[in-house]
Amino acid sequence: MSKLSEALKKKEFAVTSEVGPPKGVNIKACIEDAELIKDRVTAINVTDNQSAVMRISSKAICRHLVEKGMEPVFQLVCRDRNRIALQSDLLGVWSLGIQNVLCLTGDHNSLGDHQGSMPVFDLDSVQLIKAITDLNAGRDMEGNELDGSPDLFHGAVVTPESDPVEPQLIKMKKKIDAGAQFFQTQAVYSPDVFEKFMNEAQKLGVPVMVGIVVLKSAGMAKFMNANVAGVSVPDSIIKQMADTPKEDRAKKSIEISAQIIRQVKSMCQGAHIMPLGWDKHVPAILEQAGL
Amino acid sequence: MILTEQKPMKEILKLLNDEKNIFLIGCNGCAEVCDTGGKEACLKMKGELEKAGKKVLGCIDIDFLCNKMLDRIRIDRNMDIIKNADSILVLSCGIGVQAVGAVIEKPVCPANNSVFVGGFQGLWPSTERCEECGKCFLGLTSGICPITACTKGLLNGPCGGALKGMCEVDKERECGWHNIYERLKKLGKLKKLNMFVEARDYRKMMPDKKTRGSKYYDIESEEEVIVNE
Repeated sequence: MSKLSEALKKKEFAVTSEVGPPKGVNIKACIEDAELIKDRVTAINVTDNQSAVMRISSKAICRHLVEKGMEPVFQLVCRDRNRIALQSDLLGVWSLGIQNVLCLTGDHNSLGDHQGSMPVFDLDSVQLIKAITDLNAGRDMEGNELDGSPDLFHGAVVTPESDPVEPQLIKMKKKIDAGAQFFQTQAVYSPDVFEKFMNEAQKLGVPVMVGIVVLKSAGMAKFMNANVAGVSVPDSIIKQMADTPKEDRAKKSIEISAQIIRQVKSMCQGAHIMPLGWDKHVPAILEQAGL
Repeated sequence: MILTEQKPMKEILKLLNDEKNIFLIGCNGCAEVCDTGGKEACLKMKGELEKAGKKVLGCIDIDFLCNKMLDRIRIDRNMDIIKNADSILVLSCGIGVQAVGAVIEKPVCPANNSVFVGGFQGLWPSTERCEECGKCFLGLTSGICPITACTKGLLNGPCGGALKGMCEVDKERECGWHNIYERLKKLGKLKKLNMFVEARDYRKMMPDKKTRGSKYYDIESEEEVIVNE
């Protein structure tokens, strides 16, 4: 059983963070990012060709983390593989000692750096979750018996600040019915919006880890508000960032992230910190958040 | 020519499970040629539905259901009856179902699967609204195709990418799943979204032997005939 699943089962407040695989084979910096946070988190997500930009595989970086004694969460998107490749990779990661999987639809190819590539989406995220549930039970999607089955701890994502939020909740319930065992959320900046979401989500009985995207500047916040679905940074936070001189921005950003975690901690079962390269600040965020 | 085949009655009845009063609209275009639209198919369907305990309020056949203007005129003329229907069962290709759904705020349900575009495409100029996937999903969404309206062709709900109802791929393109949600909400049919939809069977898109041998597919033999003449 993975440490993440154990922590969530014991109702400990679990913390995860993430690293992004590089474009190329120089993985030293990526592994160092993970080393910076490993003692403060239960597991580390490894993104899968994030933003549809081609990079070294999530599977490879996950295995490197395992070799260094860290616990990865293998992120898997539906964009690049058909159902044969997805199932094959899932069996593969289990054989490499990778126990956690996060299932996502994936950004569309046209957002990335191989815009003319074929969007696969043979399965959607709900069907992918169901496929993993089947693999865990010893069968592939066609019902064929496996010679040895994995026991993957599989989770999914949900966007609490989406407007309207109802389609998110409907799909979240479908993901749970398909077997999802935990959720990591899209970035949350408004505790009151998150509280309303959690009032509904907690009825579904599956642990939710609040997503925290570490802000780097007011410009980044404005960009996300205009371009990233379901992310809404309130003006008050943008102003705090804008009013802070450049050299103090990291400190301010740590404060903001820690404050959000403190405010929502009692509503959910964990936090997932997305530092987008600012991994070195994750320990300070957790410290200030009282974790 | 859009080739269609009727869905199994069991599937149609499952799609109409919560609905008692049904109105039938059949297409006299391609579907009529396939015996899956037109008057005869409508009457047969009426009998089947009544046998299953449904009430069929009425039935109209329209020359080409892909002609939205014509649909609107004929539907308006029959509105007194149609307004009492719980659902409209459409005997046509996927375009016809979407066209009927677009002109009336009522749940619509496909009676057929669209399997193949062979040469003449009715009055509809492109295949971009119906991929002839061979397993019509319009009954789950009440008339908006999740395969062609969603850039990712997702079957179980929206991805996390839509912003203010617009698709992540193109800010001027509407999110298909946002529209499906809004439509079902308006119709009081959000419950339809709870159902798990299995992965597609792509074999259904491959032309079978009969289709490959037909003049709608076989360009090569057609040329031969002309040469012989």
